[in-house]
Amino acid sequence: MLDSYGTEAKERVGFFTDTSVCIGCKACEVACKEWNLVPEDGLVWTGESYDNTSELGANTWRHVAFIEQGEPEVDALRWLMSSDVCKHCTHAACLDVCPTGSLIRTEYGTVVVQEDICNGCGYCVPACPFGVIDKRHLPRQDPPALPLITKKEDGRVWKCTLCYDRLKGGHEPACAKACPTDSIQFGPLDDLRERAERRLEKLQAQNANGARLYGNDPDDGVGGFGAFFLLLDEPEVYGLPPDPVVTTRDLPGMWRTAAIATGALIAGVAAAFVGGSR
Amino acid sequence: MGSNMAENHPVGFQWVMEARERGARIFHVDPRFTRTSAMCTDWIGIRAGSDIAFLGGVVNYILEHGRWFEEYVKHYTNAPVVISEEFADTEDLDGLFSGWDPEKGKYDVSSWQYAGMEVHGAAGQREEGFQPTKGEGSGHGGHGGGLKHGEPPEEDPELQHPRCVFQLLKKHYARYTPEFVSETCGCSAEAFVEYCDAICDNSGRERTGAFCYAVGWTQHTVGVQYIRTAAIIQQLLGNMGRPGGGIMALRGHASIQGSTDIPTLYNILPGYLPMPHTEAYGDFQSYMDANTSPTGWWGNFRSYWVSLMKAYFGEHATEENDWLFKSLPRIDDDNSAYWTTLQMLDGKVKGYLIAGENPAVGNTNARAHRLGLAKLDWLVVRDLVEIESAAFWYDSPEIESGELRTDEIPTEIFFLPAAAHTEKDGSFTNTQRLLQWHWQATEPKGDARSDLWFYFHLGRLIKQKLAESEEPRDDLIKALRWEYPTHSQIQEPNAESVLQEVNGWEIETGEFLDGYPKLKDDGSTVCGCWIYCGCFTEGINQTARKKAHWEQESYVAPEWAWSWPANRRLLYNRASADPAGKPWSERKRYVWWDEAEGKWTGLDVPDFKEDKEPGYVPPDDAKAEEAIAGDHPFIMQADGRSWLFVPQGLEDGPMPTHYEPHESPFDNPLYSQRANPRRQQFERPENPYNPVANEPGAEIYPYVATTYRLTEHHTAGGMSRTVPYLSELQPAMFCEVSPELAEEVGLEHGGWATIYSTRAAIEARVLVTDRIPSIEVQGRKTHQIGLPYHWGTRGLTTGGSANDLSSIALDPNVHIQEVKAFSVGIKPGRRPRGEALPAFVEQMRNRAR
Repeated sequence: MLDSYGTEAKERVGFFTDTSVCIGCKACEVACKEWNLVPEDGLVWTGESYDNTSELGANTWRHVAFIEQGEPEVDALRWLMSSDVCKHCTHAACLDVCPTGSLIRTEYGTVVVQEDICNGCGYCVPACPFGVIDKRHLPRQDPPALPLITKKEDGRVWKCTLCYDRLKGGHEPACAKACPTDSIQFGPLDDLRERAERRLEKLQAQNANGARLYGNDPDDGVGGFGAFFLLLDEPEVYGLPPDPVVTTRDLPGMWRTAAIATGALIAGVAAAFVGGSR
Repeated sequence: MGSNMAENHPVGFQWVMEARERGARIFHVDPRFTRTSAMCTDWIGIRAGSDIAFLGGVVNYILEHGRWFEEYVKHYTNAPVVISEEFADTEDLDGLFSGWDPEKGKYDVSSWQYAGMEVHGAAGQREEGFQPTKGEGSGHGGHGGGLKHGEPPEEDPELQHPRCVFQLLKKHYARYTPEFVSETCGCSAEAFVEYCDAICDNSGRERTGAFCYAVGWTQHTVGVQYIRTAAIIQQLLGNMGRPGGGIMALRGHASIQGSTDIPTLYNILPGYLPMPHTEAYGDFQSYMDANTSPTGWWGNFRSYWVSLMKAYFGEHATEENDWLFKSLPRIDDDNSAYWTTLQMLDGKVKGYLIAGENPAVGNTNARAHRLGLAKLDWLVVRDLVEIESAAFWYDSPEIESGELRTDEIPTEIFFLPAAAHTEKDGSFTNTQRLLQWHWQATEPKGDARSDLWFYFHLGRLIKQKLAESEEPRDDLIKALRWEYPTHSQIQEPNAESVLQEVNGWEIETGEFLDGYPKLKDDGSTVCGCWIYCGCFTEGINQTARKKAHWEQESYVAPEWAWSWPANRRLLYNRASADPAGKPWSERKRYVWWDEAEGKWTGLDVPDFKEDKEPGYVPPDDAKAEEAIAGDHPFIMQADGRSWLFVPQGLEDGPMPTHYEPHESPFDNPLYSQRANPRRQQFERPENPYNPVANEPGAEIYPYVATTYRLTEHHTAGGMSRTVPYLSELQPAMFCEVSPELAEEVGLEHGGWATIYSTRAAIEARVLVTDRIPSIEVQGRKTHQIGLPYHWGTRGLTTGGSANDLSSIALDPNVHIQEVKAFSVGIKPGRRPRGEALPAFVEQMRNRAR
């Protein structure tokens, strides 16, 4: 996938988010916002356990989900916590549909929006099978919440860049750096996949606990995630699609079918003319 | 227990996670199922305020089932020591120990002594109204004991004597059975026994276990005794002074450990030296006599003290003038923060300086604090932002209700912006006594200045103004050494020069000292804090060392920063070897006696006189550390042993006893003495108390409330409610209630609740969750209410202050407030506004009469 970079291509990197050691501290959310100057996303108390972020969006590039399970006296309580992020898909529909070339595959194999090229058309928003990429609507606030973010209506799309700028400087992404328990691990994707397999084996040997990998399979609907997970329950429990498929997967086939149909139509029309001249 | 480590100490918690990953079993015993519980292998839910019942049950289990570590207990603790025959236990006196004076409301501790000994020093010379023990107000306990040499007069090595500590302990805890624990704490007896087995199995020669606690243990009217109970368990199981053992006081925020070592407390000087007292110590000699323990390391008290005076006053402190002892300021009472607030309410305090605190939100009965501040002549607040304590005069619940009127408040308020830790150099001292240096990352903005800048220039200006003064009262300020180099445009004092003074030097050579054994009592050494001596050895800032553990040979990682004392990472580590000096096991080897070299050695700096043989027996006239036998690792104690039974140093008993919280819906199942008899109470109009237990009106406040912090906010909120990235993560005050309580009173998830005590009412969003289950206590269904305490009227997210609800009722040893267990009522809906709010509180109060 990085052939076009020639000698500038780097080893593909990504995240392995091991939710079995996530303590729900949200340091990843804060570190991400601090580094990337992502604006505050609204002071709304949701009542959804300790999750007041609710979902990924233009102003939330890391989101820690909190899921309370079990009933005291019936079974053991569980409180699942998981830090969600852009999956940096191998087959990324957002990138496929972008008409301006703003969305690119970087030399690290990550998917990044170039904010100076994005024209805010929003095609990528419905294309993402995870609902990650999102248009930014800044609240009109005077003075702005942060001195560096002075723009009001933005309109462009934003998402995790896997800290492209930090990677260029030889640093790991801010969320991984801040994570106190190494729940968020950064590294070459191949290494992470191996590490994840070993981790899964260990957990399953100890006590299965519902442990499973999510997004590590290169043969899945998006060709494997660049940022994949170890979950302790079904993906749906965390608000994740169980079997995500790149939304542009059927496009070539559709175009082929359309082309054949068009050809047939042209041929038919031509035949009609030919026949008519008789 | 008593801590929510994953939420409040997430960085330190990484090591707990690592232990879990390596197979350690981690229990969380807490009223709520928190993020910590979620990470632990086991969670046991208990009633807030019942921890001594739980831990006492563990003590009983250990003794009943013979699970104690015999050799350790016999040699290293005071289990064999015979106690005075005048001693009587709570089991004999229905909840009181001998020596209780109902008139004075306090104990005479003389009957708690070792048999055949008189009471020594400070503990025996306490004056009316105040007890200037070694650690008064800091909880650092009495270390004395009038031992002629390090050995107690009467011992029974077989632990059979009916008055030996071991037998007293057995008797004291005999009724703390698993059934008692279950009925009192509300957990199942099976879960409790499983817990007991787990920690016993994980102790002994081959294994060790640790306790971690935080303010969930301390903030009770019996807080010190909570920790004492854990100490008894750890001594019985042989888990002190050994790797992987111990009792960790989790404290890292705002360098809380550092601010007791070099204290911001009123009653101690740096290194836990007691503050002179108007009555308790007459002249210099009696101060010295009272505080110099004849045996143990406190025998060198004079060296520590004289060196401190040389650091303060340089050439002005001399042997002839008793090192200026006579001129030093004195305390004359419990001069703690809460006492001062009550004096404020009485109009007896003119001026007040608040730095790094927000009492109008963070202290218990915050309302009383706001009312007190409104009676001052002047108030200085130094903080990052204009916090509630600086804004109460125009923005507070009392202004809203009309109880305070801005134009009637006489207080002149000065707000001085403070620099954040990123804007200054300095050190933090954390849980494990590790001093870690940090560097300034950016210049403070505008008028914001560091604390160091503020106090240095304040002192400089005062000295300047008083330079010509002839008044004797100004002598001390004139004598102050105040020589710190400054740099940058704002003349920031050099923080390292302060650390140098803290470390100390020999006056003649100017050489930095490498440890406290070098301190002299003749005025030839300077040292700002004896326990920190060595942190600037060889002129190098040892606290700034940042060599990662994976770059070091030893897992103890001695080259990361510097820990007091003497860069020793584990205190009393001689206990990691058996009495003969051999490691208890290969697996747990740490410090041991090297026969060939004739000295102690190991992975850490041995906490023992290097060449003292394990078989050393002190001669009769031995003093200080020479009086400690070779097989007694606890060298700060006069007898070199750890104390299962505390003969002196505690206000409320030599052994921990289950007492109900000051405001509890329950009677004490053990005794007619309901709560800690020695607790400090201050009943007055600003601080009324809820009716409790079976008193009429108790049913108005029937629920157990407990306050806590969230990861997303910092204490009273001054540093987090103003930050958008943190405020959005927890944007509203909420309360946690069980589905059963919600149903009982009609609370709706996501809606509003009004929570009230006899002092105040606040509102909060309702979070109905199974994580705070209702429990069965003494046969009664009991509901608990969880209240984060971060909110106030200022900042990006505002809300009711949980501390408005709680009362000023304090632990007698350290004067800490009981906010981890108190009683409240709750009803659906938002609180009344304006004048209707105090009217509502009064209405409920009247109903409870």
